Amino acid sequence: MNRRPLFLIGMLCFGFAFFYIPILSMILFSFNDSRLATVWGGFSTKWYAELFRNDKVIEAALLSLRIALISATFATILGTMTGIAMARFRRFKGRTLLSGLVTAPLVMPEVITGIASLMLFILMAQWLGWPAQRGFTTITLAHITFSMVFVTTVVHSRMIQADVSIEEAAVDLGSKPWQVLRDITLPVISPAIFSGWLLAFTISIDDVVISNFVTGPGNTTLPILIWSKVKLGVTPDINALATITVVIVGIGVIIAGTLLQRAEKRRLRDERMAYRDNL
Amino acid sequence: MTARLSDWFNKRGWAALIIWLPYIWLVVFFLIPFVIVLGMSFATRTSTAPPFGFGGEDPILNLESYQRLFSDTLYIRAYLTSVGNAVVATVFCLLIGYPMALGLTRVSSTWRTILLMLVILPFWTSFLLRVYAWMGLMGTNSWFNRLLTDIWNALTPEAWEIAHVTMMNTNFAVVLVMVYSYLPFMILPLYANLERLDPALDEAAMDLGSRPLRVFWDVTLPQSIPGIIAGGMLVFIPACGELIIPSLVGDASSPMIGRVISDEFTSSRDWPMASAVAVALLVLLVVPLMVYSYFESRANAVKATKGAP
Amino acid sequence: MPDAALAPAPAQTPLPFVRIQGVTKNFGTFKAVDDVSFDIQKGEIFSLLGGSGCGKTTLLRMLAGFEEPTAGTVWIDGQDMTSVPAYDRPVHMMFQSYALFPHMTVEKNIGYGLKHEPMTKAQRADRVREMLDLVQLTPFAARKPHQISGGQRQRVALARALARAPKLLLLDEPLAALDKKLREHTQFELMNIQDRTGITFVVVTHDQEEAMTLSSRLAVMDKGRIMQIGTSTEIYEYPKKKFVASFIGSINSFDGTVSQITGPEALIDIPDLGSPMRATAIAGLAPGQPVTLAVRPEKLSIGRDRPEGANVIRGQVEGVAYFGKDSLYRVRLPGGRVLSVSAVNARRAGEHDRVADWDDEVWLAFAPSSAILLTE
Ligand SMILES: Nc1ncnc2c1ncn2[C@@H]1O[C@H](COP(=O)(O)OP(=O)(O)OP(=O)(O)O)[C@@H](O)[C@H]1O
Ligand SMILES: [Mg+2]
Repeated sequence: MNRRPLFLIGMLCFGFAFFYIPILSMILFSFNDSRLATVWGGFSTKWYAELFRNDKVIEAALLSLRIALISATFATILGTMTGIAMARFRRFKGRTLLSGLVTAPLVMPEVITGIASLMLFILMAQWLGWPAQRGFTTITLAHITFSMVFVTTVVHSRMIQADVSIEEAAVDLGSKPWQVLRDITLPVISPAIFSGWLLAFTISIDDVVISNFVTGPGNTTLPILIWSKVKLGVTPDINALATITVVIVGIGVIIAGTLLQRAEKRRLRDERMAYRDNL
Repeated sequence: MTARLSDWFNKRGWAALIIWLPYIWLVVFFLIPFVIVLGMSFATRTSTAPPFGFGGEDPILNLESYQRLFSDTLYIRAYLTSVGNAVVATVFCLLIGYPMALGLTRVSSTWRTILLMLVILPFWTSFLLRVYAWMGLMGTNSWFNRLLTDIWNALTPEAWEIAHVTMMNTNFAVVLVMVYSYLPFMILPLYANLERLDPALDEAAMDLGSRPLRVFWDVTLPQSIPGIIAGGMLVFIPACGELIIPSLVGDASSPMIGRVISDEFTSSRDWPMASAVAVALLVLLVVPLMVYSYFESRANAVKATKGAP
Repeated sequence: MPDAALAPAPAQTPLPFVRIQGVTKNFGTFKAVDDVSFDIQKGEIFSLLGGSGCGKTTLLRMLAGFEEPTAGTVWIDGQDMTSVPAYDRPVHMMFQSYALFPHMTVEKNIGYGLKHEPMTKAQRADRVREMLDLVQLTPFAARKPHQISGGQRQRVALARALARAPKLLLLDEPLAALDKKLREHTQFELMNIQDRTGITFVVVTHDQEEAMTLSSRLAVMDKGRIMQIGTSTEIYEYPKKKFVASFIGSINSFDGTVSQITGPEALIDIPDLGSPMRATAIAGLAPGQPVTLAVRPEKLSIGRDRPEGANVIRGQVEGVAYFGKDSLYRVRLPGGRVLSVSAVNARRAGEHDRVADWDDEVWLAFAPSSAILLTE
């Protein structure tokens, strides 16, 4: 029994080294004074300063943020509706097609989604005259579409775990269906809705392939900007940008983790309390 | 007015709204685009804008693009490269991810929380930046490349000495970065699966006299097959259609299929050909998906018969 | 198979409080509830008793309005409720899982249904306080469901269902999730609350003792059908069907034929017992008719000496299970059948001087009036 954990722990160490050495190296080289991004030339924070002076980067980041906020919100609304429909309405016309439509985008290669959406927008512009220009609107529409199914997945799995009888209890106590939805269903699944939103937000703010297809001239999101720079090679200001991202995400994840752990502790304490008061 | 509205909600109107609004959305922005792709694959390329038309010998079913798919070796090679890279990446993800997932189930719960967080963390950072991080390591004068070169030169005879290790713009780089990027997708479902296994089974097997390796082979591995399949799918499917990784670190002379689609579409402006290649890629992906859903439904059936709580 | 005893009273008399008439529920081709008809009077505690999957919950859900009957009608307090939606019925349910709203405090849970009543805030708060008091949960008003114990949750569920003063309260296995001691305690609390509120209760359970203690009347169900309805005594002492006799309590039963009817008694030939047995006759018995004679274990006397009178059986003790206040003996008859006999340990005795011991030759006997005759 004791030889295997040693091997497993070795693999864990190897795996985490594999995960984090590239990222740590990237962070380190963001403080590199040299213009050659991969050769150490002394410590400096000049790339950060340069980054914040670069209007293009700021502009792209703001556009990305705007798209992500809007598309995550709409994706959450639509995705939650779908999740509820799939979990609570057993029979309706076209249920099979709908369940196909919410799983297909999960496995669809982004390139295909990208060219398909672009062709749709071009043909729509030609036949309906809308969207006249590609950019903010088309990117947002595409992001809503392919991130809403992730929200659906999260909400749906929460819904099928939830006890249906609490909804029935609310009906039994005189609530109309929409009151049940407002008072019971939505509050109970709200954590899932929130994680769905977070997922949709990160998917949107991280997307490069689909955005790159459906965007128009002058509308550069941050990932598109990075993409076009990275294609030309490694540059130190991207290292700085990457470091900022990693730090923001890292802080977010640590906060979330601590909150979760505290909630878990509270739950345990509550259970002990319930046990102690047992009649 | 408000009374009327709530009446409407109660007469299953709200149900209709909840179903049909997202439904229509998905049909318009997801299903119709794919019908367009399918239709486009039977069109002919023209020099109009948009660059396609339905003409030629058979205006409805023009198979020209599909014929090219099989006659031009570029496409066949691209498919083979894609599947090959995806399979190798999946296998390496499994070889690295399985012991890691199993290791995660064996550490204390505090460590487990921290390590799981560390597995998920890169997943929340930008995909593009993770690829970029490796570009920094693989370049010819990076510290990592020089380290590898020095190790190589120290271990091998002088005649084999090299100036640097060629990593960028090779299939090796593509596979390496894919393994790096998709490893969390392998670890997480495997961990979820392994964590649910009853440790009493291991103990029972050991109690019956099996040695640890034997227990793993007889008890743990067979029970983790659903997790392996799930993880495998989560790695294999996106790896097949990957565009970013091969574009940034791949070998341009043997492109993967995602890049072919993108190039046909943008550089060659050959929408029908891009669509045909895309349709063929989807057909290629349907097979593993069927296998996956088969295992999924079987796992569900087992769960149902066992009367999972 | 229409049973005269189960058929509701003719329709011209005023409707009883609850009337279920010809109710059937199909799930696809599966009949979960099959042509059920019965009445419930105002103020009763009425139990539905039966094995797992016999359709108890389904029947209850049709009363609550969650399932629509495939056929049949449900009247509650003189109104046809068959297609009235659950939220418009004066009927509340206490769920098997309690179904407390996890995101609301105990107080909010109890007050939830009152939101739909035309009440002022103060009236609502009063009513909630009254309910908290009724179930003795006032100190826990501000807690969430996961912060209270199982027994307390059960009482919150009860208070929530009672808050709107329903005409009919449905309870699906109200005590199943509680441990034995708490269950007994809560049983009496339930009866007490029913007594004070006067609300009609319909209780689903698969615990026979619980059903017999709680209810004024109970219905035994099997495979979606009602087998018998009656008071606890009627069901236990005068079962009408073999299923009821064997489902409630334990019983020794023998197949035989009627050989002779003399006055109030019938003589039954039973191949397993050798000699004919005497039993109080039931209506519609004729000589030559196949019949089942059943005797409950506690109705059999056991002793080392042959007793006087009729219905005497000889056997050998094969096993003794000692329960403290009584013992259960397994007695093998010469023909090979094994009977269960239960005897109260009225006298203090050591292991070796009790009524009968392993391998003892014993005599069993029962009174003709204790024997149950069953034809279906
Ligand atoms: N929604 C449904 N769809 C299909 N079959 C159902 C459904 N609900 C119940 N059934 C079936 O109807 C039968 C009766 O179910 P019901 O829940 O009424 O049983 P029960 O008497 O309450 O059993 P238990 O004591 O186990 O709770 C069961 O065989 C069950 O499988
Ligand atoms: Mg039930």
